Amino acid sequence: MKQYNIVIIGGGPAGLAAALSAKEHGIDDILILERDERLGGILNQCIHNGFGLHTFKEELTGPEYAERYIDKVLAAGIPYKLNATVADISPDKEVLYVTAEEGAVTVKADAVILAMGCRERPRGALGLPGFRQAGVYTAGTAQRLMNIEGYMVGKEAVILGSGDIGLIMARRMTLAGATVKAVAELMPYSGGLKRNIVQCLDDFGIPLLLSHTVTRIHGKERVTGVTLSQVGADRKPIPGTEEFYPCDTLLLSCGLLPENELSKTAGVKLDPVTGGAEVTDTLETSVPGIFSCGNVLHVHDLVDNVSKEAALAGQKAAEYVQNGCKAAEGAGIRLRGESGVRYTVPQSIVLAQADEKIVVRMRVGDVFRDKALVVYADGKELKRQKKRIMAPGEMEEVTLLRESLAPDTKEIVLRVEG
Amino acid sequence: MDQYDVIIIGAGVIGCATARYLSRYDLRILVLEKEEDVCSGTSKANSGIVHAGFDALPGTMKAKMNVKGCGMIRELAETLHFPYRNNGSLLLCMDDEKLPELQKLYDRGIENGVPEMKILNAEELRKMEPAISENAIAALWAPTAGIVCPFGLTVAFAENAAENGAEFRFLTAVEKIEKQDGGFAVTTDKGTLHTRFVVNATGVHSDEFHNAVSAKAIHITPRRGEYVLMDREVGNLVNATIFPLPDRLGKGVLVSPTAHGNLLVGPNAQDIDDKADTETTQAGMDDIKSRALKSVPNIPYNKTITSFAGLRAHGDQGDFVLGEPEDCEGFFDAACVESPGLTSAPAIGEYLSDLIAARCDAAKKADFKAERKGFTEVAKLSREERSRLIAERPEYGVIVCRCENISEGEIIDAIRRTPGARSLDGIKRRVRQGMGRCQAGFCTPKAMEILARELGIPMTEITKNRPGSEMLRCDDETV
Repeated sequence: MKQYNIVIIGGGPAGLAAALSAKEHGIDDILILERDERLGGILNQCIHNGFGLHTFKEELTGPEYAERYIDKVLAAGIPYKLNATVADISPDKEVLYVTAEEGAVTVKADAVILAMGCRERPRGALGLPGFRQAGVYTAGTAQRLMNIEGYMVGKEAVILGSGDIGLIMARRMTLAGATVKAVAELMPYSGGLKRNIVQCLDDFGIPLLLSHTVTRIHGKERVTGVTLSQVGADRKPIPGTEEFYPCDTLLLSCGLLPENELSKTAGVKLDPVTGGAEVTDTLETSVPGIFSCGNVLHVHDLVDNVSKEAALAGQKAAEYVQNGCKAAEGAGIRLRGESGVRYTVPQSIVLAQADEKIVVRMRVGDVFRDKALVVYADGKELKRQKKRIMAPGEMEEVTLLRESLAPDTKEIVLRVEG
Repeated sequence: MDQYDVIIIGAGVIGCATARYLSRYDLRILVLEKEEDVCSGTSKANSGIVHAGFDALPGTMKAKMNVKGCGMIRELAETLHFPYRNNGSLLLCMDDEKLPELQKLYDRGIENGVPEMKILNAEELRKMEPAISENAIAALWAPTAGIVCPFGLTVAFAENAAENGAEFRFLTAVEKIEKQDGGFAVTTDKGTLHTRFVVNATGVHSDEFHNAVSAKAIHITPRRGEYVLMDREVGNLVNATIFPLPDRLGKGVLVSPTAHGNLLVGPNAQDIDDKADTETTQAGMDDIKSRALKSVPNIPYNKTITSFAGLRAHGDQGDFVLGEPEDCEGFFDAACVESPGLTSAPAIGEYLSDLIAARCDAAKKADFKAERKGFTEVAKLSREERSRLIAERPEYGVIVCRCENISEGEIIDAIRRTPGARSLDGIKRRVRQGMGRCQAGFCTPKAMEILARELGIPMTEITKNRPGSEMLRCDDETV
């Protein structure tokens, strides 16, 4: 069985940044396994600009952003395999992958970095009633068909869900000659970035219908229209508010789900809120030597944050290998969110191994104006960060200093306070 | 030469089973189907349960065909290689007052010839199925019941029939049947065909075809049933198929694993007018979900991956209508086949084929091939077997559907077999590409490409199922 220091599952933005970082931190024996036919992951179909503002201080398209990392991976000579689908990861880090050239191959890794990304919530999981006709696409599938394969999915569309991909696709379809009738959002606020609402909807006169949902999809063979209804505070449709929108396409942008089926085969413990692994401050999962980063850990809105997080995973995986693959010692400090903070990543901090600065990322559960993110350590206020606005669609982060944490701290709680 | 011995109208499970059993005889057989593929109507959306046979009234065709079919499916799974599991069924009793009803069903089962049944007390029941409601005080255990993939079963019958010489024509709708000397003229939207015998296996439409040739009118009320399907991750919540006591409209809302290991909940039963109305409704889904919780309280509905609705061909007289009407010799009904129709399919197929063969003294073929090879399921092979296969045919090493681990090779098989997939649904039904938790989000573009390449048609002509369900909408093809 072939042996590697680090095997990275996924060659998207997280996998690429993790690989580069591991290499920079002294590990040469790396293998990236990518299931698609090219590196770059979902960035390849994100042909709009706006990527890399934080990392590169310029506006890049998705493929351009990916290219910067791919170029470095190639220059560094980091080995990778394309069209290689991982079928299983065992708790002792044996990775089974399948390719047309090699067949089914098992390799052994000292450390594994999970970077598989996420998938879109499909129609079935939303429980949308109606026939099972053609013309209902998740926004990302439509994006791939249009931007990678070069096909138009429809001429008149309604979009359910105001996640970023849905907003981007509203503009994309409009630019390609389609009419986007409306974007309906179940919640009273958008799940996407503010800048996407302005640039993708407002600039094209596409209405954003908050507190609305699809209550019927019409058409037996292909979509012929959808009925949109207003929803009340309980998110249930209000009878009498039904309105019919003729269209041939319904795009769904109703949430992304970290794709952790492989993590489960390895016995990695998952956080029920994020859908990703529970990790320590080094992004190590419950299985020693298996690290997680990017959208498979929790769904990000900016790729810059994915790259940063993945670089940390790469570094920590490298250190794990260099330290003789020893698991971290000492009890961890539990982290959790409450009162408006839905989750935190990491979920624990092991002080003995922690860096000087620990970045904690989180999402809030509602729109908050002029509030503060407050950090408590065992009930004592540790930090207070004022925020003009916080929204579920935009990830928040707080940096904790290791020296500010007492060695006997048991729990850190993050809250939204007035 | 459009002259046949038997024309079977409808390529659902009954039509295909009949074709398969008829193909044992030296007969020229044609199956006509108005949709683009087999298993596209009544057969496609049902519970996939192989019922033991205690529900139907003794002496009815339903009772006979059910009990016989249940045993046949178990044996056929070995020769026709379709997904089947003999998991047994439990019919729950929640109320002391209802115990006599449970006993009545047990007695009925004995009369129908159902083997090995047993009435379990609460303790035995709990030991067998810990997830069941605490309110259950007893249950009827029927160990011969099972679960089958309705597509897998229908495709297996169709492929085996085709291998033994039966022909299939799809997207061919029968418009008129006329009795003539020595047989029938069957007019379709693609021309007129001649045949000695007709088999009416048209599901919810079987009353229309019957009434076109017979004065002894029958009537079908389409009875819609809705289902919710959950991720394979939670498919082991129960092992057996769990039924409540039946009510006036049918067997009630069941909770069951499927033959592929998903968890299925449904159906409700709504009598409707429209024979094409397979629309799911919010009210219907809410209804089945809450009713299922009475049998199994902790169903993880947040693991739902899809929902669907199907129509049962509910006949007014309550029994299957099988064989020739008194006033139309040579026309063989398989009409009003509602539950337990899927279970009964092989028994009905055998029964009708033997009637037809006897009528024309058809001889059995010496070279009938009773066995059909199932689809290669690459992910189920050992690593060594998988590598060997991929070395021979590299397309088995290209994973297209990541959720179900389906390779390009399996998709190609689904298209190249006879009768092969002609649509995305056709591929999905045969090899489960797109059947998983992402519901084809990632693999749709790739599956479309493979289908276009294999069929030699442009991407713009790729359909989800029948014409009109084209996936793309573009004038000059490209963006």
